[in-house]
Amino acid sequence: MNAVTEAVKLHDCRDAFTATLEAMAADDPRIVAVCNDSVGSSKLNQFRDRFPDRLVNVGIAEQNMIGVSAGLANGGKIPFVCGAACFLTGRGLEQIKADIAYSDANVKLVGISAGMAYGELGPTHHSTEDFAWIRAIPNIAVVAPCDNIETAAAIAFAAEYTGPIFLRLSRVGVPQLLPDDHRFELGKADTLRNGSDVTIIANGVLTHRALDAAELLAARGIEARVLNMATVRPIDEAAIVSAAEETGAILTCEEHTTFGGLGSAVAEVVVDMAPVPMKRLGVPGIFPPTGSENFLLDEFGMSPDGIAEAAARLMQRKA
Amino acid sequence: MTPQDLRAMANRIRRRDLQAVYEAGAGHIGGEMSVIDILTALYFDVLNVDPGNPLDPDRDRFVLSKGHTACALYVTLAEKGFIPKEEISTFLKPHSRLNGHPNRTKVPGVETNTGPLGHGLPVAVGMAAAAKLSNAAWQTYVVTGDGEMQEGSNWEAIMAAKQFKLDNLTLIIDHNRLQQGAKLAETNDIAPIAPKLEAFGWAVQEIDGHDMDQILKALSPETVVPGKPRGIIAHTHKGNGISFMSDNVAWHHKVPNAEQYKQAMAELEEAAQ
Ligand SMILES: Cc1ncc(C[n+]2csc(CCOP(=O)(O)OP(=O)(O)O)c2C)c(N)n1
Ligand SMILES: [Mg+2]
Repeated sequence: MNAVTEAVKLHDCRDAFTATLEAMAADDPRIVAVCNDSVGSSKLNQFRDRFPDRLVNVGIAEQNMIGVSAGLANGGKIPFVCGAACFLTGRGLEQIKADIAYSDANVKLVGISAGMAYGELGPTHHSTEDFAWIRAIPNIAVVAPCDNIETAAAIAFAAEYTGPIFLRLSRVGVPQLLPDDHRFELGKADTLRNGSDVTIIANGVLTHRALDAAELLAARGIEARVLNMATVRPIDEAAIVSAAEETGAILTCEEHTTFGGLGSAVAEVVVDMAPVPMKRLGVPGIFPPTGSENFLLDEFGMSPDGIAEAAARLMQRKA
Repeated sequence: MTPQDLRAMANRIRRRDLQAVYEAGAGHIGGEMSVIDILTALYFDVLNVDPGNPLDPDRDRFVLSKGHTACALYVTLAEKGFIPKEEISTFLKPHSRLNGHPNRTKVPGVETNTGPLGHGLPVAVGMAAAAKLSNAAWQTYVVTGDGEMQEGSNWEAIMAAKQFKLDNLTLIIDHNRLQQGAKLAETNDIAPIAPKLEAFGWAVQEIDGHDMDQILKALSPETVVPGKPRGIIAHTHKGNGISFMSDNVAWHHKVPNAEQYKQAMAELEEAAQ
């Protein structure tokens, strides 16, 4: 199903997001969308046409957007705040901390086109610090779904869940990985592939590449466990400890800087609870050169081949 | 350069920009067409900058705060001699210096990295304040989009500029009445802009941002009011010079197909006659 060569239907997770949001909004008048001149890029056109009063477009003003959302939540609404992840998190960070997390406002932040989805638009538009930034703030969940199914499930979960949550979506087409009836559980990793030689932990777009890498490893006689770890906070400690104990080595892959993101969150658990050799793949702490998302992921060693190679090298460090 | 030469240069920059966006398959052509006359006047008449010595401490400073129109800046910098003209064909290619938003650590002539809106004006205020502190004569110029003026950081900078009496600072607002997804009027209507700047103590002019004579006059030293920052509301058209793009929000970052490219180029070539 994950062979690199096979042509499969690709899904833009923004479509799953807006379809779910609209369906929920039809049933629940508390649901509103908030955006920053990002109706098109968040695919909110149809939401606007169906619920014109419930689309709050504040203009190009992200700090205001987050503050307004906190106020909407205070007034009994369930705001889904949608904008490019880089500006939503970076520009609104103090508002996210004080107005949403610290004030425990029931706001759902939806960062669109996260990671390096904006490719050639460059580092200003990449959102490769958002896990670290938001994860450092108490009282806000951080979730990066890997496909259309997980996106829809996580959005539905966010509406039911009371409290702050940050969902990180891509714009890049991905094949469906999870079954249609998949239920999202906050803080629970999914084992997408079993194996006992090494564990690869990933989320978002990287989950697909991790599975492809596992196929390449299998051809070399290495059985890799693959965990889709959509929730970065609260992290699934039990799954990480089992992986450490049962496979003896953990490789993480993320579309994020290696400083403070998924790999760091996993490493914190490994160091505290079950030390084993680890390797963290991600953006290696630089402003990336010009290039598309796929080009840059390959450049940073996260092609399926690159991931497989890193896993094989990591295994040599096993006790 | 005579105003006639400047108009010819602006036309040349428009054509090269159109070609670069078409070939790269990305860019922000609407906002590029709207700002090119202003960029041309600045680089070929106003700014005291030297491609041979891009970091001369006494140079005038220019900040393109609406960094999404980087391609227009790159073409202008190439025409001015800061980067080779051939390099424009690398726009957005892997490892090119010319990515979608200008980077001062890579491209000579760029003063500060822009892309997130609402950053250029505060940085420009700092530049102008530095010149005052050093008793230096160089001037600071910054161009913002009109949608961009919805960012609160701009208004914080506007207040600071008046407080610091920065009469060595010029803000040009590219007032094309359109932002990314819609008209300003349908999103967050900050028009009329001039009285707002005046209320904050700025010396304000309103011009046709495609009329070279008006641009040059507004930027001349005679319009500086001592003790006041200078604001120029340039009334423009997004996509200016290309009939089917002009005033059409769909062309914020759309890329022309082969047929549209041909027509657009033909219109610009005809205007060059
Ligand atoms: C902080 C921030 N928020 C959102 C964006 C996305 N964005 C890029 S261009 C644009 C519209 C800009 O409109 P305007 O300032 O009027 O520029 P112009 O019409 O000249 O293109 C938006 C919202 C951004 N670059 N930065
Ligand atoms: Mg505009």
